[in-house]
Amino acid sequence: MDIIQFLQYSFIQKAFVAGSFVAITCSCLGLFLVLRKMSLIGDGLSHVSFGAIALGLFFGVYPFYVAVPLVILASLLILKISEKARIYGDAAIGIVSAVGIAGGVILASLSNGFNVDLFSYLFGNILAISTTEAILSMILSAIVLLAIYFFYWDLFSATFDEEYAKTTGIKTNFINSFLTVLTAIVVVLSVKVAGIMLVSALLILPAVTALQVSHKFKTALFLGALFSFVSVVAGIILSFIFDLPTGATIVMLNALFFALAYVWKKIS
Amino acid sequence: MKKIIETINLSVHYGQTEALKDVSFAVEQGDFVGLVGPNGGGKTTLAKSVLGLLPVASGKILLFNQAIESFDDFKRIGYLPQKHTGINQLFPASVEEVVLLGILSSKKWPRKINQKDRQRIDELLKSLGISNLKGKLISELSGGQQQKVFLARAIASEPELLILDEPSTALDPNSREQFFAQLKELNSQKKTTIILITHDTGYVGKYANKLLYIDRKLVFFVKIADFCPSGEIESCFEKSDKHIIWHQHK
Repeated sequence: MDIIQFLQYSFIQKAFVAGSFVAITCSCLGLFLVLRKMSLIGDGLSHVSFGAIALGLFFGVYPFYVAVPLVILASLLILKISEKARIYGDAAIGIVSAVGIAGGVILASLSNGFNVDLFSYLFGNILAISTTEAILSMILSAIVLLAIYFFYWDLFSATFDEEYAKTTGIKTNFINSFLTVLTAIVVVLSVKVAGIMLVSALLILPAVTALQVSHKFKTALFLGALFSFVSVVAGIILSFIFDLPTGATIVMLNALFFALAYVWKKIS
Repeated sequence: MKKIIETINLSVHYGQTEALKDVSFAVEQGDFVGLVGPNGGGKTTLAKSVLGLLPVASGKILLFNQAIESFDDFKRIGYLPQKHTGINQLFPASVEEVVLLGILSSKKWPRKINQKDRQRIDELLKSLGISNLKGKLISELSGGQQQKVFLARAIASEPELLILDEPSTALDPNSREQFFAQLKELNSQKKTTIILITHDTGYVGKYANKLLYIDRKLVFFVKIADFCPSGEIESCFEKSDKHIIWHQHK
């Protein structure tokens, strides 16, 4: 099959477009999360999305419509638990994440027959993305990217030195909540690309790869987006050619980029 | 003279612990105040309260005659915090990016940096003799270089009030002398009001005009010219009724 024929498949086109949007969004947001030592929030929220998707399937509602608001609520809950209950952030993530998984498992056991659908979300399949999901992914990704653009300096300042940022009038509590909500949206979007089990890799790997080779924050943002974009495009092509699971192939390519960047940094 | 900071019976608590009790004083425009006291005496707590970083348990703080709770003219304040050892080594921030953070206080949302801002930062870096560091990663600089960068960030918005928390700890003797000279220049030429938390009483005697001693409560707030005309703070403590306090401090 030649490349022109390959690109003419509508499911491939949808996968490229939606995957690229989600990949770029993940890498931009992931950079802030990694630098704030909040990488694992992606993992925790993806577990919550498991429960939320199960809830959607259980009631016969389109899973994304249930997952987006529920995962946003969970993200704010993580913030509130760590603030009010005097619990460290990672413990708060652990609590919410466990509740999400447990809820999903219970709903799966109560249901008669959606287990197959649910398990398809565990490992994702961007080649099976629907037109609605592709459009939703693009719109939400665009919103998240615009939010990052308009709050760029606020996010940068609060990430570099939160206390100092407060003295310049930046509302850091709002920025923390805002970043967490954006993460929740991106996690749900990424479920279809990489699957619940691998979502956090899309947030973490491009960011840590870019950090190996960047001398400016903006360079890190652009390089992270580039690595992430190339991983998704190449991952879709390779997985199609070699009949491999797409999400896992994308993650492995991201890991390969990280290894190469690490070696390049050591050599140079 | 215009009051820049005024605290009235200020008390600040950390949980059940009273970190500051009934502290009242006023700093006037153009003052260069050396803020001294024992470790744990509340110097940093006082500075952070004035900056609005810590909640007030009771009493009042007025900044430029405005209650701290409603104060929003952040460009009038510059801050150089104490802890720079905590810089995240992974953070890919260039010196230019870090100094640009200092002018965000003069921007309204959506905060955007323009060419004029970058030119201003270039001039600032040049005036502090660190233009050569502009493109370098902040985490790769020495402690002294980092301190100059953070001073640049603190004064980037051309603040009327500058609060510095133990700024000289990372500096070698030469850099220290140069650093304090730059502060004095800001104070005398631009009339910037300075609050300097330090253990370097030698420099306080040389450059500050007032001395504020805090040990959970305000112990004294004096003009250095009255308390110690020679500027040799340490020996003045020895000769005065504040002798005991000084020994506690040491």
